[in-house]
Amino acid sequence: MTQKLNILVVDDEVAMRESLRDWLLEDGYEVGLAEDGIHAISIAKEKQWDIILLDLKMPGMDGVETLKKLNKITPDSAVILMTAYATIENAVLAMKEGAFDYLVKPFDPNEINILITRIIEHKELVLENILLRKQLEEKSQYGEIIGISDAMQNVFDLVSRVAKTDSTVLITGESGTGKELIAQAIHGNSSRCFKPFIAVNCGALPESLLESELFGYEKGAFTGALHTKKGRFEMAHKGTLFLDEIGDISLKTQVDFLRVLQEKEFRRVGGDKLLKVDVRILAATNRDLEKAIKESKFREDLFYRLNVIAIHMPPLRERIEDIPLLAKAFVKKYCFEMNRKIAKVSPSAEKLLIDYKWPGNVRELENVIERALVIGKGTNIAADDLPFSSKDLFPGNIPKSLKMMEKMHIETILVENNWNISKTARMLDIDRQTLYNKLEKYKIRK
Amino acid sequence: MISTGRPYTINWRNIKSENNKFTLIKTLTKNIIISPIGSVEKEIIYQLANQIAMRYDFTYQIGKRIDNIEFSYHKARKQYDSKEILKYLIKLCPSDTFRFIAITDKDIFVPILQYIFGLAQIKGSCLIVSLHRLWPQFYNQPPDFDLLLLRAEKTIIHELGHTFSLTHCRNKNCVMYSSTKIEDTDAKPPFYCPTCFELIKWYLIKHFDLTLNQNA
Repeated sequence: MTQKLNILVVDDEVAMRESLRDWLLEDGYEVGLAEDGIHAISIAKEKQWDIILLDLKMPGMDGVETLKKLNKITPDSAVILMTAYATIENAVLAMKEGAFDYLVKPFDPNEINILITRIIEHKELVLENILLRKQLEEKSQYGEIIGISDAMQNVFDLVSRVAKTDSTVLITGESGTGKELIAQAIHGNSSRCFKPFIAVNCGALPESLLESELFGYEKGAFTGALHTKKGRFEMAHKGTLFLDEIGDISLKTQVDFLRVLQEKEFRRVGGDKLLKVDVRILAATNRDLEKAIKESKFREDLFYRLNVIAIHMPPLRERIEDIPLLAKAFVKKYCFEMNRKIAKVSPSAEKLLIDYKWPGNVRELENVIERALVIGKGTNIAADDLPFSSKDLFPGNIPKSLKMMEKMHIETILVENNWNISKTARMLDIDRQTLYNKLEKYKIRK
Repeated sequence: MISTGRPYTINWRNIKSENNKFTLIKTLTKNIIISPIGSVEKEIIYQLANQIAMRYDFTYQIGKRIDNIEFSYHKARKQYDSKEILKYLIKLCPSDTFRFIAITDKDIFVPILQYIFGLAQIKGSCLIVSLHRLWPQFYNQPPDFDLLLLRAEKTIIHELGHTFSLTHCRNKNCVMYSSTKIEDTDAKPPFYCPTCFELIKWYLIKHFDLTLNQNA
């Protein structure tokens, strides 16, 4: 606690009161004095005290009676009862009435020090708890997803309705729009919320690995399979399995998927036994699956199995009213992480953020805000702290040179794909080596 | 009133920097009086005075022995009330004294606490230190005179800190760290941490226009 702790001493004996005050002042605490219960109550009504040291035996209103009243007026104060005799009765009485602890007069100096330290730690814990609770409450029921735009409100509406069912959901949208967050929100608002949420990035794993990752394998199924291993389907039993980048899986794995979706059963790699699972499937892709079906790259029957309910995540450029809100949330998040005062986004910077087209969507916005907070020189985010300027945003400023145009386009697609080289190369319709050559040529660095 | 008896003044600043006239003038006012109470051996008083004066460029005088503190005796507790002694010291303290330190071998207390090692007048001139619980023998340990002196030195420097308006420090490597048991005293060094020392220097310049050195 950086704030000075304040302590109210309530004792009818002047010598006790004053010697305790002097002792506490030496420790740097702010100290208040009251000679009886009535005075203590009136002081506690005026000001919040962190700790109240309260004598048990006082003329008029005694310590226990005062404690009961103080508990109502100032429930957050830690009250320590002081008594001249150490008896179990006193201790029980003090604790029963809600005292933090009790001390026998005269105190062992070490004992009171330890007790105050314990109260400080306790108060810090309580404060931390309140802050965490507040943070949790501030988050919507949709976790970290933020949006006031109509497009996002429609998404929220759909999420709240599908969450209660067990239907398979296909979440589509550009990269960085928050498809996984939507999947988590569906799981979090479903009856399966206390069971596992298992996410698999299908695009990140080669076919052979994906199969064993999803379905598990039996001991000896292949070289290196030293033990039987459960797959993600089994791990997600009773919960939710989120298959990200489902559009990237091979035709063979699509067949296996189809069986699991239809029968809710599968075999581990190298195993004979059919295993049954109770899993809700959520899938996501940034690909146009209908186009992939036409090109025979995606099975139509699997598409219809997955696309029972479709949720489309709008790109950030189509929900510009959410940009200031999202920017503010990311500023808060990173300032909190960096342990610094919450920065503000200057009006000129906010205008730039709104005008920018955000090919990398919310993920790109988050990266831009984090970068601005790290490299920015001022306490707030200025237009100069952003990696683009107004010149970059308007067609009149498109570079005339074909080379510069190509460089800009590559950078845009890289950001859109979160610097995934394979995906970027695929989107640019060039091979990876050509992309590497171009990165080298244009000196494009992450 | 205290008579200084046979003056025993060592002006360390005088010896160190004779040509520094400014410091010389200022040093003259940094004179502390250190007095034994009751049967405390003079040897202890001399050694402590010497040690503290060396560490902080103070000059010192050994004050007259204070014999009677029975007025502060608490029969039920069989201890001496340090607040009462401090009040008495304030009366005895000459007005031009920078700091007045009294050393007793009696067990002292403040009403709310079972015992204390020392007590100071916050932002005042007087302080009292008890050797009673600083002797290793009190804790059933073999006699160790050097350890006693070191503990007493730390306690005096700690209480002096309070007279310079310092509160307890959270830094365990600072003499202003609170000593509620003898282990605390043994664990901390006999000097102020940089922050506390800066605060003292600031206090002395503001109130006395004095400078202070710390020879750790």
